[in-house]
Formats: sequence, structure tokens, C-alpha cells
Amino acid sequence: MVEAKGVKLLDENGRRLDGRRLDELRSCRIEAGVLKNANGSAYIELGRNKILVAVYGPREVHPRHEAMPDRMLLRCRYSMLPFSVPDRKTPSPSRREVELSKVIREALEPAIFVEEFPRTTVDVYIEVIEADGSTRVTSITAAAVALADAGIPMRDLVAAVSVGKIDGVLALDVNGLEDQYGEGDMPIAIMPRLGEITLIQSDGLFTRDEVIEALEMARKAIQELYKEQKRALREKYSKIVEEVESEEVIG
Amino acid sequence: MSERIYTIVPTPRREAILSMLKRGERVDGRKPDEYREITVETGIVGNAEGSARVSIGHTKVIAGVKVSMGTPFSDAPDKGVQIVYAELIPMASPIFEPGPPDENDVELARVVDRGLRSSSTIKLEDLAVVPGRHVWRVFIDIYPLDHDGNLFDASGLAAVAAVLTAKIPKTSISGESTVVVEEEKVPLPVGNAPVFVTVAKMGDILVVDPCYEEELVMDARITFAIDKEDRVCATQKGGRGSFKPEEVIRALDMALSLAPELRKKLPSTPI
Repeated sequence: MVEAKGVKLLDENGRRLDGRRLDELRSCRIEAGVLKNANGSAYIELGRNKILVAVYGPREVHPRHEAMPDRMLLRCRYSMLPFSVPDRKTPSPSRREVELSKVIREALEPAIFVEEFPRTTVDVYIEVIEADGSTRVTSITAAAVALADAGIPMRDLVAAVSVGKIDGVLALDVNGLEDQYGEGDMPIAIMPRLGEITLIQSDGLFTRDEVIEALEMARKAIQELYKEQKRALREKYSKIVEEVESEEVIG
Repeated sequence: MSERIYTIVPTPRREAILSMLKRGERVDGRKPDEYREITVETGIVGNAEGSARVSIGHTKVIAGVKVSMGTPFSDAPDKGVQIVYAELIPMASPIFEPGPPDENDVELARVVDRGLRSSSTIKLEDLAVVPGRHVWRVFIDIYPLDHDGNLFDASGLAAVAAVLTAKIPKTSISGESTVVVEEEKVPLPVGNAPVFVTVAKMGDILVVDPCYEEELVMDARITFAIDKEDRVCATQKGGRGSFKPEEVIRALDMALSLAPELRKKLPSTPI
């Protein structure tokens, strides 16, 4: 398949087109609390991916009949801006976005104490500003930070990464080109402290051994992302502490 | 955007189901790795190019294949087009509502689509009659008729059975690039064929082929599509819970060991 298209994704030294090793993440930077109106928010850059997440709630459920008596209703909307991809995407939700909104919600929900806020809703809004492969997992990593920033009680954060198959071997964190011309993609989300998998999907062909190896690659990478998530949250709250303390001095 | 399918199981019933599972018993008396009875019938709709009706226990799904000549997608000019659509119609369950497809319909269709696509079940490269201009578009439409759990596996089986038995018109080319669609029918070009195995998790217990009542109490589910060479050609985790890595592997091993049994239910590939 790759040969036929004439796109070789690994050079003779086993390096990828962007110079990365097979088990190397793209550079990742997260910022927490970037929006004024949302109760919590986060911005993430992973390689060329740029994604913004806003969290509203816990708040009243509209329409009201969707409210649940024993837990909060978690809602999630994953959306790509029309200019985030090479060919303009129509603004109306695609079937892909509908499915991803569902699996992202189900990747986040295991980490949230949903029973703490019955009859309320928490809305997670994800906008992909620029896409370069692995946007669903990058969205999850940012959404977990936005939820924590909103003060939603959680058992753990959720960090996520994709493992792809390029030129017949597994590669961590596939970019857009590798996603387009590679042979498979396996997005995986994990609660870093608990080690629980909250999302796993795949397309392309993977043997049993490759699934096991992919899980191990994801487990390692997720610890790196987890560090950045915690750093982003600490940075935001240490700024607030500084502000409060400086006000006290002035006062 | 939100989960519309929300049904409450009475607490005593939930506890009864879970305590039975701890003793290794299921509500309908099955073993953890046992499917309900499966039937597959093909060629049930004369107007469809291919069709199948599948039942897994009380779950019934019907799938049909239709083809039409059309233009290829610009990013794959030398390939036919595969479109999978599923609709959870209100006939099949009191929890399904009429209206445009929601996330559950879309998820079901897209998981079946990925299983077929990744395993090259339909040889799409053989469906470009005039590459870049005229290709067959293959529509696979899936309709659950009665929902008693595990729609993924039943829908996958129905879709694959309909595809394997589909016959499309023979074509010839006249002149430069005019396609002539003939009366004679030829089998739809097919290669691999996946089977879909869904494993439900309740606590630390894994069971295959969850019935509806088990789906209501499960923490999460994971579906694997397994191709003829025992490769995973689609994975989908669903539900509000999570899996330990070893549970994912255990579920995969259950899927791999049950795949041959399911594959026997498929019609043999026509030549």
C-alpha cells in the first residue's frame, strides 16, 4: 500500500520524515486557563496540532429531561474548524466528528466523579484550530486539563496518544502525513496514575503482538504527557498564588 | 452529543446479575465465552445486490448491499467507493427514537466500515471501471430489527455476509470511456472477511456477546474485528468505564479464539 503510493515514511536510518525516532513524541506544550468565560479551559500544541478546549459546568441541564437523577450528564463536542485542514472542512458536524465526540466523552468520563453532581451537566467543547494527525488523542489530553482547571473532581487525569503503523513498524504519535499514508492507527487514552485504558480504537491491521507492543509504547508516552499536564496546571495556579500574595502586600 | 440511551436497571436486579457473574453464571445460563445461537441467511431481498439477515439470540439485524456507478473520491481516484450506513430504527427497541442518526447509529456504521475497509473485504481497487472517472459505489445499509444486545457483532456479520454474496452488473467500456452496464451479473470482488467480537466488562469479569440486560449493567465494552489471518482490523472501546491493559489483551484473546467459530457462519466466498 505504501510502496504503491510511492511515499516512504522511514529513511534508511529508521528515522521518520520529521526526524523523529519511532518511539518519540512530538514536542508538546499545554496551557491551562486560557479563556475567560469558560469554567475551565486548556490550549495544547502537539507538533503542528493546535487545539483549544473549554469546559462549562457543572450547570443546569438544557433540555431538562436529559438530566439524570444519580449523576452528572457529561457532554462533549469535538469539532474541527473549516481551515484547520488542507481542504476546507464544511462547518456542519461530519459523521467522523459525531463519533469522535462520543469516544472522547467516554474516554474522559471514567476519570470524573460523575455521581458528585446529580442533575447537572458538564459540557466539554473541543475546537481543533490546526490539525496534523492524532487530533482526537491530543484533544483528550487537553480536555482532561480543562476539566481539572474547571475544578471538576476527578480520580485521575487522562492522557492520550496514538500508535500508528508506518512502513510495517509501530510508530508513536503519528502526524498527518503518517496517518494518511501509513498502514494503521491505534489511538489510546490512559489514566496515568491508575493505568486504566479509557479509549482504544484501531484501524488498519495489527497482530496480537503488535497490540501488546502498542499498549506498552502508549503507557510510556502517556507518562511524559502527564508531566506536561501537571506542569500546565501548576503554572496556572502558581500564577494565581503570586497574584493573591502581591495583592496582600499592596493591601 | 449526549448519551440519549439511558435506562435504569433496578438495583436488586443489577446486584443479582453481578453476583451471578461472580459465580461464573450469566443471566441466560451461558458461559463467559459463549455466544448465543447464531443464524445467517443470505439472498433475502431480491432487489438488493446482496443481503443478509442475522440473528444472535433475540437480536436481529438485516443488511443490504446496493451499487451505483459514480465518480471516485478525489483522494482515491483509482478505487471504488464503500459507504456503510446504519440506522437504529424505533421498531427495534423502545430505547430507539425516530429522527436523524445520532452518535450510536454513526458509531455502529463507522466501526463496521473500518473492519471491512482495513481488511480489504471489498476489493475497491477492482471497482474502478474507468479509473478517475467511473467507479462502482457500494452502499452497505444496516438495520437492526430487534435489539437484544450486541448489535456490533450482529451488524458486522450481516454486513460481511451481504457483501460476500453480492452480485453486481458486468460492465464493458465502449469507445474512450463510456461505461456500458450489462444485464449479466458478476460477484462483487471480495478478498478478506472480518468477524466482529464484542466483549463486555462488569467489574473484573469479561463476557462475550452481551445480551441487552448485560449491556445495561456493563462498565464498558470492547469490540475487535478479526480478519482471516487473525489480525485485528478494527478496535472500538465503548461505555463509561475503563479497561486494564491486561483486560484488553484478555478480551483480544477471547476474540481470537472465538473468531473461527463465527467465521463458520459466513457464506463461503463465491468465485
